[in-house]
Amino acid sequence: MQIHRYEKAFLGISVVLLIGFMGALFYSAFGMGIMLPTDEGQIDPAAVRTTPPFDSPGVRETAPGKYEVVMIGQAWAFVPNEVRVPAGAEVTFVGTSTDVLHGFGIEGTRVNMMLVPGQISRLTYTFAQPGEHLIICHEFCGLGHHVMYGKVIVE
Amino acid sequence: MSTTVATLPAVGNPVVHDPSGFDLPRSHKALIRWHVYIAFAAMGIAVVHGLAQALSYANIDVFGWFPGLKTYYQGLTIHGVFNGLVLTFAFANGFVSLAAARGFSRPLNTGLLHAAFWTLIGGVALASFAMFTGRSSVLYTFYAPLQGHWTYYLGLALLVVSTWLTGLNIFVTLRAWRRDNPGERVPLLGYVSVATYAMWLLASIGVTVEVVVFLLPWSLGLTSGVDPLVMRSLFWFSGHPLVYFWLLPAYISWYMMVPKHAEGRLLSDSMTRIVFILFMLLSIPTGFHHQFTDPGIGTGMKVIHMIMTFGVFFPSLVTAFSVVSALEVGGRRRGGRGVVGWFFKLPWREPALTAQLLAMLVFVLGGVTGLINASYSVNQVIHNTTWVPGHFHLTVGTAVALTFIGITYWMIPWLKGRELWGRGLAVAQSWIYFIGVLIFSRGMISGGLEGLPRRTFRAAAPYTKETWDLAGVWTAVGGTLMFLGAALFLLILFMTVFFGKRNERQEIPFTETAQIPARTGWETKLDRFGWYVAAAVVLILLAYGPYLITAFPPAISVPGFKLF
Repeated sequence: MQIHRYEKAFLGISVVLLIGFMGALFYSAFGMGIMLPTDEGQIDPAAVRTTPPFDSPGVRETAPGKYEVVMIGQAWAFVPNEVRVPAGAEVTFVGTSTDVLHGFGIEGTRVNMMLVPGQISRLTYTFAQPGEHLIICHEFCGLGHHVMYGKVIVE
Repeated sequence: MSTTVATLPAVGNPVVHDPSGFDLPRSHKALIRWHVYIAFAAMGIAVVHGLAQALSYANIDVFGWFPGLKTYYQGLTIHGVFNGLVLTFAFANGFVSLAAARGFSRPLNTGLLHAAFWTLIGGVALASFAMFTGRSSVLYTFYAPLQGHWTYYLGLALLVVSTWLTGLNIFVTLRAWRRDNPGERVPLLGYVSVATYAMWLLASIGVTVEVVVFLLPWSLGLTSGVDPLVMRSLFWFSGHPLVYFWLLPAYISWYMMVPKHAEGRLLSDSMTRIVFILFMLLSIPTGFHHQFTDPGIGTGMKVIHMIMTFGVFFPSLVTAFSVVSALEVGGRRRGGRGVVGWFFKLPWREPALTAQLLAMLVFVLGGVTGLINASYSVNQVIHNTTWVPGHFHLTVGTAVALTFIGITYWMIPWLKGRELWGRGLAVAQSWIYFIGVLIFSRGMISGGLEGLPRRTFRAAAPYTKETWDLAGVWTAVGGTLMFLGAALFLLILFMTVFFGKRNERQEIPFTETAQIPARTGWETKLDRFGWYVAAAVVLILLAYGPYLITAFPPAISVPGFKLF
């Protein structure tokens, strides 16, 4: 098989480019600590409201400067639908769903995860600046999907 | 480069088995034609809904005008199923059947052709019943535990079965050809047709298990619950390679037919085969990149699928070189000079070519945005925002759909024995759609970067952000132009079928290659499909095995919700 030298050059550059992109992504994950949601364990979706930590949804300080926000997604609201967290603190969002799939995306940030019945979702983020962000259910969850939203107020 | 392209001998042409005149039985032509009609009838219904959805992003609510439409999401389900599954499956079944018949220069199996068509019709009928009566407004991804009607699941399953029957037809044609031509290299056009369906048959196992083993019995009340995460994972097992099942028929055209319209030549026979082998190997073990933000799946698995997705980008980069170089040969033959001068010398007045050249240009943007979607941590910024439909209206919505339109501009005239009606209008149609999608995707992509959620009835949402307004206007303006482009195409198709000038003396275009396939050496092993399918199975087991072992039998059981 003859490969034209231009084609060889093009393919060589392509491989270098793809590997370079992947290198950048590995750095973002392991160098900068930007992690995706992972397997955080399962939960009985019928007993969410009686299973810790979802038996008391809301914000709590777990250690100095560290906060946990426990949230339940249900058709068609977040419980609670408004939370207040301090700027500069390490905030861990913990969520699940009591019914169908829901999305949990905080606009203007990289906080973005799925709420899946039976699974526990967890993501840690630090808000640098005070301000307000929408929490948006971004996965179709039925007739009222577009009215399902909440708010994070960073103080 | 053009000086190296020799004229190919007519005898033993490697691209198709017999390069002289080719015809199919009338009944075969009619069946393939009806596949195309079904495909574009589906598109016609889908784009009406698409227009309404695009307007919703500019806060314009026209849903009161749709008779019988209960909700935005019912329309969105119809839009997704008719465009993403019916248009693409029906067109692929028709077009790739014809490509295989031409490649092997022999007719396909009549019974299987009939079976595939009537299975498709059955599937469309059942799914339509479920969708139009509002029984299954669960979108084309039908994520459990939202529960659709059993006719919806059975209808979609039949659509998949119709692709199997088409694949089977292509495989028995390959077998018959091999029996008659022992020791010969598989003709290239037949080769790519077989590879496309071999990939998809393997890929469709996931969604088949999801629907047949879990969702169908569950929707009939035979089982009490399903595991939502396992269902979602089975869906994306098939859902990402589905992207390549949309795309590969377009690639068949780009490699094997488009250069012919421009008097070009494909440089390498073996490289083309390697590209399709790579798609067979790498299309499937990539599904978790749609689930980067899912709980319950370890980051290790996600990293593996990210690497595989970057891998499957490579054959598309090879394609970019091969197809552009083949076109360059044509542009230079026509007097084009300089680095880009040849591009403008291509026959831009040829409707079949213009549609597909514009589709290719758009696909560059589709590829770039797709790679961003696959980019692990970067995905968190755009997941489930309008960025994603902004991306896939560039890929399946244009690279594929506009290519299918371009193919139709020569294929229906050939199948029907009538010349294309309104050639000038056909060229204009492609440009209108092209400009439309660029504006539309500009809106969706910029809105997505600002967090605008996808699959959301924005015109009725109580929350908003200032930065979404302009993005929504772009989306609506571009979507309107796309609708106009699609409507013009349907007019041209209708006029061609009924009023096109009769002409039975037309040819199926196929590209010749500069290098004849090797008779000896390792390259002959490229025709051993069985090896590559086996290797693909191994890769799938490596990429999905660790998850499947923990996921089966499913531990979670959730009853159905009908919240639509």
